[in-house]
Amino acid sequence: MLKTSEIAPRFPILQNKTIILGIRYFFMILVAFLLFGIILVISGKDPLQSYKDIFTYTLGSTYGFSEVLVAMIPMLLTALAVALPARVGLINVGGEGQLYIGAAFATFGALTFSNLPAWLLLPIMIILGMLGGALWAFIPGYLKSIGLVNETITTLLLNPVAPKIIGFLIFGFWHSPMDTVKTPNFVAAARLPTFFGTRIHLGLIIGLIMLVLFWLFMKYTRWGLEMRAIGNNAQAARRNGIPLKKYLIVVMCIGGAIAGLAGMSQVSGFYGVLLLNFSMSLGYMGFMVSWLAGGEPLGILLMSFVIAVIITGGNLLQLTRGVPYSVINLLLAFTLFVVLARPNLIKGKKV
Amino acid sequence: MRGITKAFPGVLANDQINLDIFASEVHALLGENGAGKSTLMKILYGFYRLDSGQILSNGQPVTIQSPHDARALKMGMVFQDFSLIPALSVMENLALFLPRLPAVLDVKGINQRIREVSERYGLDINPEAMVSQLSIGELQKVEILKLLLADARLLILDEPTRVLAPHEVQALFKVIDSLKKDGYAIVLITHKLKEVLECADRITILRGGRVAGTLLRSEVDEEGLISLMFEKKLGSPIVTHKRVSPEKAAPLLELRDVWTHAEGLETSLKGIDLKVNPGEIVGVAGVSGNGQKELGDVAMGLIHCSRGKKFIFNQDFTDKSIQEVRMSGVAFIPENPLTLSIAPFMTVLQNIAITRTKKYARLGGLSMDWQAVQADVDRSTQKLGFSFPLYILARSLSGGNLQRMVVAREMIDEPRLIIASYLTRGLDVQSTIAARQALVQARDNGAGVLLILEDLEELLALSDCLIVLYTGKIVGNFRPEDTNVYEIGHLMTGSEVEHVEN
Repeated sequence: MLKTSEIAPRFPILQNKTIILGIRYFFMILVAFLLFGIILVISGKDPLQSYKDIFTYTLGSTYGFSEVLVAMIPMLLTALAVALPARVGLINVGGEGQLYIGAAFATFGALTFSNLPAWLLLPIMIILGMLGGALWAFIPGYLKSIGLVNETITTLLLNPVAPKIIGFLIFGFWHSPMDTVKTPNFVAAARLPTFFGTRIHLGLIIGLIMLVLFWLFMKYTRWGLEMRAIGNNAQAARRNGIPLKKYLIVVMCIGGAIAGLAGMSQVSGFYGVLLLNFSMSLGYMGFMVSWLAGGEPLGILLMSFVIAVIITGGNLLQLTRGVPYSVINLLLAFTLFVVLARPNLIKGKKV
Repeated sequence: MRGITKAFPGVLANDQINLDIFASEVHALLGENGAGKSTLMKILYGFYRLDSGQILSNGQPVTIQSPHDARALKMGMVFQDFSLIPALSVMENLALFLPRLPAVLDVKGINQRIREVSERYGLDINPEAMVSQLSIGELQKVEILKLLLADARLLILDEPTRVLAPHEVQALFKVIDSLKKDGYAIVLITHKLKEVLECADRITILRGGRVAGTLLRSEVDEEGLISLMFEKKLGSPIVTHKRVSPEKAAPLLELRDVWTHAEGLETSLKGIDLKVNPGEIVGVAGVSGNGQKELGDVAMGLIHCSRGKKFIFNQDFTDKSIQEVRMSGVAFIPENPLTLSIAPFMTVLQNIAITRTKKYARLGGLSMDWQAVQADVDRSTQKLGFSFPLYILARSLSGGNLQRMVVAREMIDEPRLIIASYLTRGLDVQSTIAARQALVQARDNGAGVLLILEDLEELLALSDCLIVLYTGKIVGNFRPEDTNVYEIGHLMTGSEVEHVEN
């Protein structure tokens, strides 16, 4: 406080780095919406009306807002699954596959131990889900640590494999008597509790706790310090006696475990059943969120909220304005483009 | 070249250098690492722009602003690391470098020319072979062919023999000889005396960025060259020798017949036997690239021994990891702190903590005790007489401060074995003395030191025992008082060994 008054700035609020960052992102998203508006005009829709629809629906009603939060949950986790390995310089593009395998493991728990009470079954499913994601991430992590293959390639290439395994499991063993593309509905004990009569489930709390833990871990712990050293200069970290290979494997696995947790929370909290191809690129969405947020926990929270607004709003536009859903991907792409391009004009405001 | 001067931040790489290169002559540029040989040639080839001075070609002043200009003046350079494209064939690589590459390749014509030129100079090579399948000696032939086909009349070869086997070296000299006869001018950059004496006609010795002498082959012998190359440097402060009588204790570090595999351009160690006793500084001399870096890395556990055993504190550490080596009380001061020792975007204090996070961890690792780190640093810096800021990013420290930070960090736990490369690089006179005193003090308290340096005077001043590395082998083992700069110089440049073998 003292410091700011000493310099006596004209706009004291602009001294705050977080707020400046917020303003920057606000402008960037504004630009993305402007570009998207042009697309809407070209396709003969009224952009102002469309945007009004989006915002009144998502932010103007309790139900809409709750839907935004629901859409946000898996992205919080899959973004974290990218942000954590990024701290040691690993690029995990495999959130999608890890999420599927996590979901499969959790489903295995839900179907096998269906007579256990919820307080026992849910933790089992969580642990199984994380284990599944971690195993899937172990493959690229291990190959990277022995210097064989780049993790970006392996994580990406493993992504299309995971849904095929799910397909095999569903068609072969788990499908419900009525329907071959999904498992039977989970028993009530295998469902994450929901709140306030909406579809918001416990996954939201889990996601927020994970974000806080991530922040505390990186800032205060010994391992966070060593991870930062690796991310800074892996060569030096290794010479300083930090077990580099161990970190590469373990951090990759933890990243995978978090993505697996996202899968678990989707099948248990959202669907209540394991569907074929249920994810619809949640893993890639998380990758985008993490990069937009620069891997910072607060940024992940904000960006996943924004993306969730766009996605849920897009679903609505489909119904009210007859805009095809794929157009929403355009808006997402614009957002990504604007943020990554990061015009210098906006950057200049950084203190 | 007249009065060539080139300064880099912090060093004057070339200072008023005059150099004459004649056709039909092999001109050797001789000097220690950092003497300015490569810089001078890179100026000539247009990689660096000169600060002042003039380049004349056939009596006419010319400006060379890029390798393109240099090539137009019929110059060509073969770099230490070759610049061929592995996925293409020899012919395609050569064609790429032709001055006027036609839109459609005249494959037959080019092949014909390659065959002509290569037969004439004994550079036999199959034009259709893929570059990726060639040996290093063959790659070099292709590089030379490339320049010849591009009509270069002045060839600059930057340490051409560094990567070659002895018989390949002989073949290369034959090629050089026949080129010379055909009127080509050749500049040979090297630090190997034997080669210079074997094939050069005119020799320029560089030292510290200046010409120490230009001589004709007939005017010099080895002694003369060595004295010009390694003349005593004035004003380097010497730490007084305090001989600690070697105790009968077990060695702190012992390497028994250690061999390593080389990757890329690294040097492999060949049958190293080495002991570092308590209270002893073992100096390692050698021209860089002869295995010193690898020796330090092996001792740390960064490179694994392919053969042989490593003992630290009398325990078998052959397959132990770096952190086990460090935890047992070994400190490591690498040659380049910025790339090998620090995390640039973390604060100085954090950088100090990362080598021993376990020591400062509280609550089982959930929190770090930064006060303890600070107390340790304060103690260490006070002892050394250093001071540097602790709460700024490490990347904003100057080179000297970085080195101080690393030295202070490594001395915190009073290590029993210190592996130091280029300890005083970048330090000013006072810090240099302080860093040396720290080493000597550690030695007097019973620690062992493996000191890797290129500065012979400093080595002789500090070491209690001195080994010389040449091509990954130990070729000399002395007490400093039994030897002198000249003898070591001989060994470092490989001349003595070759005589023995002959």
